[in-house]
Amino acid sequence: MSSSQATPTSGLDAPLYEARKKVQPAAVQGRLRSIKWIVLVVTLGVYYLLPFVRWDRGPHEPSQAVLVELAKSRFYFFFIELWPQDIYVFAGLLILAAFTLFLMNAVAGRVWCGYLCPQTVWTDLFLAVERLIEGDRRDRIKLDAAPWSAEKVVRRATKHVLWLAIAWWTGGAWVLYFADAPTLILDLATFQAPLAAYASIGVLTFTTYALAGWMREQVCTFMCPWPRIQGALTDKHSLAVTYRYDRGEPRGSAKKNSALRAAGELAGDCVDCNQCVVVCPTGVDIREGLQLGCIQCGLCIDACDNVMSKLRRPTALIGYDTDENCQRRSEGLAPQYRIVRARTILYGLLVLGVGLGILAALSMRSFTGLSALHDRNPLHVQLSDGSIRNGYTLRILNKRSYARRFRISVEGLSGARLEIVGVTDGDAIPVESDDTKELRALLFSPRGARPEKSQPILFRIVDVASGESASAHDFFRAP
Amino acid sequence: MLDAAKPVARIDEATGRHTTGHEWDGIEELNNPLPRWWLYILYATIVWSIGYWIVYPAWPLVSDYTRGVFGFSQRAAIIEEMQTVRSQRDAQAQGLAKASLEEVRNNPDMLKLALAIGKAAFGDNCASCHGAGATGQIGYPNLQDDDWLWGGTLADIERTIRYGVRSSHSETRLSEMPAFGGRDGLLKRTEIETVANYVLSLSGKAFDPKLDLADGAKIYAQSCASCHGEKAKGNREVGAPDLTDAIWLYGSKPEQVIATIVGGRKSVMPAWEERLDATTIRSLALYIHSLGGGK
Ligand code: SF4
Ligand code: SF4
Repeated sequence: MSSSQATPTSGLDAPLYEARKKVQPAAVQGRLRSIKWIVLVVTLGVYYLLPFVRWDRGPHEPSQAVLVELAKSRFYFFFIELWPQDIYVFAGLLILAAFTLFLMNAVAGRVWCGYLCPQTVWTDLFLAVERLIEGDRRDRIKLDAAPWSAEKVVRRATKHVLWLAIAWWTGGAWVLYFADAPTLILDLATFQAPLAAYASIGVLTFTTYALAGWMREQVCTFMCPWPRIQGALTDKHSLAVTYRYDRGEPRGSAKKNSALRAAGELAGDCVDCNQCVVVCPTGVDIREGLQLGCIQCGLCIDACDNVMSKLRRPTALIGYDTDENCQRRSEGLAPQYRIVRARTILYGLLVLGVGLGILAALSMRSFTGLSALHDRNPLHVQLSDGSIRNGYTLRILNKRSYARRFRISVEGLSGARLEIVGVTDGDAIPVESDDTKELRALLFSPRGARPEKSQPILFRIVDVASGESASAHDFFRAP
Repeated sequence: MLDAAKPVARIDEATGRHTTGHEWDGIEELNNPLPRWWLYILYATIVWSIGYWIVYPAWPLVSDYTRGVFGFSQRAAIIEEMQTVRSQRDAQAQGLAKASLEEVRNNPDMLKLALAIGKAAFGDNCASCHGAGATGQIGYPNLQDDDWLWGGTLADIERTIRYGVRSSHSETRLSEMPAFGGRDGLLKRTEIETVANYVLSLSGKAFDPKLDLADGAKIYAQSCASCHGEKAKGNREVGAPDLTDAIWLYGSKPEQVIATIVGGRKSVMPAWEERLDATTIRSLALYIHSLGGGK
C-alpha cells in the first residue's frame, strides 16, 4: 500500500493506529475513464429507473415490470413470475453470479471491483459531485487546509446537501422495488407509507452517504473481504493493471531520461511525474507492483497514457498485463497472453451450463400446480351407510396472470365419490390470477367396495378453458 | 516466542516498513497501523455497552440481578404482548357472539376465527374422551362420522355441548335404555340373544343363523320399537341410535350388543355451559360440524 514509508526513528514508537490519509484523486480523461462513465450511467440508470417500467399484469397485480411482492411472496421480472416454489431459479442466479465473477477474475483480476462494484460506482458519482463543487485535487487539498471562511462553508454545505440528496434518492429507489412505484411515491410524500419504507430509506440514505462520501477506498482496503479472496481466484496468467517496469525503469525526469537515451545509455520511459498515483482513487502507487489496495480501475493507465502521448512515447507503460510478461520481456522473450486456459474454459462452461439450466427450467415451468395432503388424524372415517371417507387438503396453484377455472377428478379408486367442501357437484373451481386456492376434499368409497388398506390414488385438475392439467399422488386409507 | 524482555523493532528490508518487534519462529510482524476510526468504533461500542448495562438488566448478583433503570423484563414484555393479543381477539370474538351460527358459517373471516378457537378448545376439553382426531372410542361417539344421537345440525350440536348428556344441568339430555337383563329383568337371556341377533342382521352385520330372526323381530317390536322406531331407524328426540346403520357406539360384536341390552348404557357428557363461555361453545359447534359429518 501507499502508506508512508518514512523510516521511523524507532519502530516501537510508531503508532499502532493512524489518522486516515485522505486520498484526493485527480480527474483524468481517457479510454477506460469513458468506459467507467458509461458503466456508471447504465448501472445507476437501471437502478434508479427500473421501478418505473410498467408491465401489464391484469387487474389484481401492480403493473410493475420488476417487483418483489413480500406479502404474497412473489417476484416479478418482466414476463417472468417467480413463486416461492421457484427458489431454485434464485439459487441458480446466485451460482451464475459466482461463476461469472470467477470467470472475470481468471481473465482480468478485479475488474468487478474497478468497474461494477456498487461501492466503486457510487464513490465515483460522489467524487464527481465533489469535484464539481470543490474543484479538482489541487483545489480540494487547498480547501482542506484553508481556514473556515464563508466560501468554504458554502462549498462544503453544498457538497453534503447534494451527497445527501443522492443518498436519499438511492434509498428511495430501493423501496420502490417492493411496491407499486407511483403509488408508493404518493404515499411517501403524504406520509401514508408503511414505517418500514421510511426506515429502509433512512438506513440506506445513511449507509450510502457514509460509504460513498466518507469511507470510500477504506471500504475496499479495510472492510471488503474480496481483495483477500481474489488472490485465490487469479493465477499468473490473469491480467492485472501492471506497471511495465521492464519498460519504465530506470525512471527519471523527462529531460534526464531523454539525455541518457540520446547518449545511448539505459533509460526507462517513466518520467516519475506521479500522475498515476494522484489519479488513483485508492491512493496506490502501481509502480510498486500489484497490491491489495488496487481495485483495477485502470485510471492510472489513462493518466500515464496521457503523459506518454504528450512526450511522444509509446503508450501503455501501464496496462492490463501480467508480472510474468514483464519478466519475460526483460529476459528478451516474447510476452505470453493466455486468456483461453483450463480455468477460463471451465468457468466459461459452468457459466454457460448454469445459464442454460435456468433458461430451461424457466421455459419448462408449469403454470398449474396441485398439491394434496391427507388428513393425519383420523386416516379414515366409517360412515353410517357403511362407506369409508378420507379427507384431504388440496391446493390449486394458478401461476397465470389471469383467472382460471379448474375441474377436479380422482383416479385409482373404483366407485369413488369425490366431494369438495363448498363446491356443488361437478362445478368448475375458479382460481384468481397468480393465486392459490385451498380446498377440502372428501373422498368416499362405497359400502362393500373393500379398498386396500392403503390404495394409491391420483388427484387431477384440468383447466376448463385450455385443458392444461396437473396432478398429485396420494393414498386412500381403509380399516 | 519473545524471549528478550523488550521486543526489538527494526526495519524490514523487503518492504522498508518497521516491524512491531514481535517475532514467532523467525516470522516478524509488520506494523501496518490500523485506521484510527477503527479504534474509535471500538471505544464507541464500549460506551454503548455501558449504557446497555444501565438501561437493561445485565449483571447477575448473588440472589438477584441488576434490573436496569426502566425495570425492563422479558417476562413483563411477554405478558403485556399476550394481553394485547387477547384484547384484540376479544374484539373479534364479539362479532362471533352476536351473529347466528349460520351467519358465521357463511362468513369466511368469522368462520376462520371460529374454527381456530374451536379447534383449540376441542384439544383442551374434548380430546380426552373423543380423541385428538375426534374419532371417539367405544362409548364415546366419533364426531367425524355422520351418525348423530342427538342430531347433527349446528343447533343440535351446540345444544348437546351446552347441556351435556346425563349431566348436572337442568336441560340435560337423557336417553333411558333399560337394563333388559339384570336390574330391570325385562327379557330372558335367550330372548336377549335372539333380539341382538336380529338387530345385528338389520345393519348387515354377521349374525347367527341358528337363532330365529322372526322371533327376534317379534321381541324387537314389543320391547325396542317404542324408542328405536318400527324400522329401527332410531329417534333423535330421545337419543335412541339407528340400529340399521354401520355405526355401533358400544361395538357391533354379538357379545357387545348383548351386553348393551342386558345392562343398558349410561355414559355421561358434561354440560359445557358451566365451564366454557358462549363464544367458545359456538366455536366448538362450528368446528365439530366442519369435521365432515355435520348435517
Ligand atoms: S493503481 Fe491504478 S488501477 Fe489500481 S486502483 Fe489505482 S488507479 Fe485504479
Ligand atoms: S504516470 Fe506513467 S510516467 Fe508518470 S509516474 Fe506514473 S508510470 Fe511514471
